[in-house]
Amino acid sequence: MDTSNRQITFTPDLFEPVHRSAEDAEKIRGAPVGFWGDAWRRLKRNRLAVAAGCVIILIIALAFVGPWLTPYTPSEQVLERQYKTPSLSGFWFGTDEFGRSMFDRVWVGTRVSLYIAALVTVMDMCVGMAYGALSGYYGGRVDNVMQRIVEILVGIPILIVAVLTMLILKPGILSLTIAIGLTGWTSSARLIRGQVLRLKEQEFFLASRSLGANTFRLISKHLIPNVFYILIITLMYTVPTAVFFEAFLSFIGLGIQPPAASLGALINDGAAQMRFYPYMLIFPAAVLVTITISFRLLGDGLRDALDPRMRQ
Amino acid sequence: MATVNGEAILSVDDLRISFSTYAGEVQAVRGATFDLRRGETLAIVGESGSGKSVAARSIMRLNPESNTIVRGGEIIFEGEDLLKLSEKRMLDIRGPKIAMVFQDPMTSLDPTMRVGRQIIESLKQHLGMSGRQAAERAAELLELVGIPHAEARLKQYPHQFSGGMRQRVVIAIALACDPQVLIADEPTTALDVTIQAQILELLRELQERLGMSIVLITHDLGVVASTAHRIAVMYGGKIIETGTVREIFYTPQMPYTWGLLASIPLPTADRSQDLIPIPGTPPDATDPPKGCPFAARCPYAMRICEDEVPGYTTFSDEHRAACWLHHQMAPNVERPARITGAK
Amino acid sequence: MLKYTLKRLVNAFVVLFIITTATWFLMQLLPGSPIQNSEKLTPEQEAQVAEQYNLDEPLPVQYALYMSGLLRGDLGDSYQFGGRSVTGIILERLPVSIFLGTQAIIVGLVVGLFLGIVSALKQNSIWDSGAAFLAVLGVSVPDFVLAPLAQYWLGLKLGIFPIAFFESWWHSVLPSLVLATVVAAVIATFTRTEMLEVLGQDYVTLAKAKGLSRLAVVLRHVLRNSMIPLVTIMLPLTAALVTGVLIVETVFSIPGLGEQFVRSIFEKDFPIIMGTTILFSVFFVASYLLQDILYGIIDPRIRVAGNRE
Repeated sequence: MDTSNRQITFTPDLFEPVHRSAEDAEKIRGAPVGFWGDAWRRLKRNRLAVAAGCVIILIIALAFVGPWLTPYTPSEQVLERQYKTPSLSGFWFGTDEFGRSMFDRVWVGTRVSLYIAALVTVMDMCVGMAYGALSGYYGGRVDNVMQRIVEILVGIPILIVAVLTMLILKPGILSLTIAIGLTGWTSSARLIRGQVLRLKEQEFFLASRSLGANTFRLISKHLIPNVFYILIITLMYTVPTAVFFEAFLSFIGLGIQPPAASLGALINDGAAQMRFYPYMLIFPAAVLVTITISFRLLGDGLRDALDPRMRQ
Repeated sequence: MATVNGEAILSVDDLRISFSTYAGEVQAVRGATFDLRRGETLAIVGESGSGKSVAARSIMRLNPESNTIVRGGEIIFEGEDLLKLSEKRMLDIRGPKIAMVFQDPMTSLDPTMRVGRQIIESLKQHLGMSGRQAAERAAELLELVGIPHAEARLKQYPHQFSGGMRQRVVIAIALACDPQVLIADEPTTALDVTIQAQILELLRELQERLGMSIVLITHDLGVVASTAHRIAVMYGGKIIETGTVREIFYTPQMPYTWGLLASIPLPTADRSQDLIPIPGTPPDATDPPKGCPFAARCPYAMRICEDEVPGYTTFSDEHRAACWLHHQMAPNVERPARITGAK
Repeated sequence: MLKYTLKRLVNAFVVLFIITTATWFLMQLLPGSPIQNSEKLTPEQEAQVAEQYNLDEPLPVQYALYMSGLLRGDLGDSYQFGGRSVTGIILERLPVSIFLGTQAIIVGLVVGLFLGIVSALKQNSIWDSGAAFLAVLGVSVPDFVLAPLAQYWLGLKLGIFPIAFFESWWHSVLPSLVLATVVAAVIATFTRTEMLEVLGQDYVTLAKAKGLSRLAVVLRHVLRNSMIPLVTIMLPLTAALVTGVLIVETVFSIPGLGEQFVRSIFEKDFPIIMGTTILFSVFFVASYLLQDILYGIIDPRIRVAGNRE
């Protein structure tokens, strides 16, 4: 490496000055890469996260087309074929005590979980973000009142809300939606508020404000983009929690009612029959666990990609 | 300030340090050579990313263990290569032999521990003092660094101190075991200007009183002028020029040093003389240039500069610089007027 | 600090009051009454039952009676068990649940801290990956999958543990272990993240620069600072435990409060649902309160500022 160790033949042309304009020195090497482009590049390099993303897409696809891949329907009861063990030639996931195809039931049940995932996403993105951003942005008395409301909502265990909703309305997808809708957005609202409060103190925000940007512009151009990525990361963790929660309610008999299926309800049935027909528990449980693991791994990948400071 | 003539207490030779990151290997230090003499202050000057902090931390082996790669070189202290010492032996070097002051006093004290305990910790570890002795010594140390009401202050938490006071506490911690070498990594950068001067004055005073050697890492030549005996200018992971303060300020030999000097405001200089920034940005440490690190920004760059690393040219006992302009075949280049004019 | 605590305390009571009131009125909307639950009754008996449950009074009076009972610790009478007092049932069943929960927290905390600390100190090593894998698995396999599986494999197949009921300490081991997995996984992940954060702080480098041994740096500076935020996950963790206790007790037929709660839902035993709801809420709100106060005690920065924002 060092010049002293190597022979250089000095020729006069080596000492010709290199003429460069002032701009050359300021030239930035490489094309500019935006925040999302950069994050995408980092995410692609994380093989585990990419695999998790693919698994999620696969599960979504199966939830929609899965039941059509077999000649059976999820609710058709044929008692002659009850408790068929899984086989590649017959019922892929076996049948239950009513002779229903577990393969079809599992994917129909997955739809419920995906619906919950979508619901939580919408609640977090819309209500949570708007509430948190407004509360943090306006501060003062508005913030005070809004935070008291959130504090009370957070204080109520979601379990209790769900149980009450289920008892008053009938257990089912509607009451599930209401229960999650009532409380699902509070944690993201608190998170966003905290971030907004912090951003408000930063120079770029003050600069924009002193240049006369209006409230809408400040929120949409400066606050939202800067908190959005945090929201996406948390979403990857709230989604599995919500999916769990639905399955839990169905497990204790408060969620989706038969003959409709959800992963939790299927797991509940399977657990009861586990001694003799373990496949009835294994398949829905495996799908549920795969969904949650994939979301978490993708969440970890997104966190590393979107917030590189959290890595060294 | 006169140069201190004495033996080297610490010699760094051809130090090369890299970090492995997800973006590839970052070559932070690419061959740094300098030595520190007994009782002197050596300033290592460079802009951010030049590798000066990494080099300083390597002396105490404080770079993160998980991803630091020592690519070569040695750091000789008391006849031993610090890079090769066992971690256990290093424990006896850190503190009583070599101590360090960090850049940001707001973050360098443990927020959950009383200031006194943070000083006493070190005393108990190295000097085996009892609790009472250590507490007395800690109070002395706080007084030494100019913190009044030392007894009461010991019982407080860091957040109850101002930035300048915290930096004094950090210095007190560094001095606790009478180190021979103090490494001060940008000790004044995070402080107000008036506080900066106080801290620098304190360091100079302490050096006179305790006779220790100081490595002062800074990007601010203004800080250097009043404090250091000698200067090493670092750029792109290499030391590109070293010399006494006088030599570096009045007869700098390397275009980067010229640029540095031209970009500091001089109180004596004519107001009409503009500050001249150095255009461009420092080299990318993941893909360092193969020739002179400054070639891409150097207004006098020649073809050889881009391909070959220049060796050192010696100008005096102390003064040497790595620049192809001093090769016999190179064209004669005049130093910019502002720098010669400052004489 | 005192003012801050008082403010929090008042707040907690307001939240509890709102929850109780809302729950009570919602309960009145529910179909079903103790009279329907029972077999054919003579009109006299009906009137007697109605009097026992204050059903003959107008709603506001019923509410007032319930609230005043609540203040005295009287949660009314169950629609079952021959009208036993709800407070009595809860007091009988609560210790079992608390025992299970505490045991799970202790095991989970020890295992979780160990895994988290090891993976942070051996970052990017095989230890780290192993612990990370266990943690992801731990949070991703829900209790209601883990409990039947554990019951089947460790109880039935291998015969190591009893599969149901609560007759000895040995009966509590398997349910507690199931509960502890989530706790351990959450704590491990959290501890790792926090420790890595703290390990990168300047004050840790300064502590190393003092010549402290690695162990001393970790024990005195890193752990202390990484454990502070641990207080903030107490609430989600307690929440997870409450639902976990419901499941585990149901699966293992353990006569605790969770099992009672699930059964009451099926049996529409409103006074018990109501009483348990209030208890859960108190538990929740109290852990929130405790979290805030603890946070203030541990972190001197907050203690002086007196406010978390």
